[in-house]
Amino acid sequence: MKISAIITLKKDVLDPQGKVIQQALDGMGYKNVEEVRQGKYFEIDVKENDPNKAKEIVEEMCKKLLANLVIENYKIIGTQ
Amino acid sequence: MKSSVITFPGSNCDRDMDVALKKFGFKNKMVWHADTELPKSDLVVLPGGFSYGDYLRCGSMASKSNIMHSVINFANSGGMVMGICNGFQILVETGLVPGVLLRNKYLEFICKNVFVKINDKQNKYFKNVDTKVLEFHIAHNEGNYFCTNDQLKEIEDNNLIAIKYCDENGKIEEQYNPNGSIKNIAGVFNKKKNVLGMMPHPERMIDTSLSGEDGSLFFKNLINNLR
Repeated sequence: MKISAIITLKKDVLDPQGKVIQQALDGMGYKNVEEVRQGKYFEIDVKENDPNKAKEIVEEMCKKLLANLVIENYKIIGTQ
Repeated sequence: MKSSVITFPGSNCDRDMDVALKKFGFKNKMVWHADTELPKSDLVVLPGGFSYGDYLRCGSMASKSNIMHSVINFANSGGMVMGICNGFQILVETGLVPGVLLRNKYLEFICKNVFVKINDKQNKYFKNVDTKVLEFHIAHNEGNYFCTNDQLKEIEDNNLIAIKYCDENGKIEEQYNPNGSIKNIAGVFNKKKNVLGMMPHPERMIDTSLSGEDGSLFFKNLINNLR
């Protein structure tokens, strides 16, 4: 079962890459962008058929390795 | 005095550290990351480099490697563990020292000499160092020290800041902060001050013909403090 998770930077953490992307967009003529924040997306194929169990496993992975909870949040966004 | 330098796939300052430690009297052993047993050591060093290609987050994968279980136990039982540059990034990922290291504020890789002010001498790393300011070398892309407000309070209440970026006279101002670190922090301790993580490389300052001698000062002092 494939589980999708996203990792995003917490609100108060500076995201210089997002800022530069915003500046580039601005240069391209997108003048209406308030803010850009960059994150990470993971698709993890778990050998597990129960969606709840699969989600639980990926959630544990997020806590232990995929996200650093000092600066990042994680969210399981889907199963397929 | 015995030391161990851990080599991870992608470490590239491990041999420089080996040369530095031996020059000042340590009997050093190189230890591979996949090993599980740490040799008997008075000091364990996590060297600089790009462990696991800096994938995911710098130091994140290395912090989960086999040998790190032994290093964490060693640190928790009071053993001296020093992480330099990527080693500092590995230490924050283990949680042995507080905070994280983000991408440098202006997004550039910084490679230059900097001055750092010793913030605390009540520890075995900097006790008796006969100066307040040291000139070290930095070379990193992710050295922007960040922590939560709660962590910062704990760091300041317990005096856990080891060194801060400054000018040659020890003046600490934003203009001497190369990477955007909170409070100009270049290095921090754990609560017992047996674990030190810092971005600057003392092992690159052990020869006047190459760079400078402030690293020599640091290592000579360190081995004396451990004796």
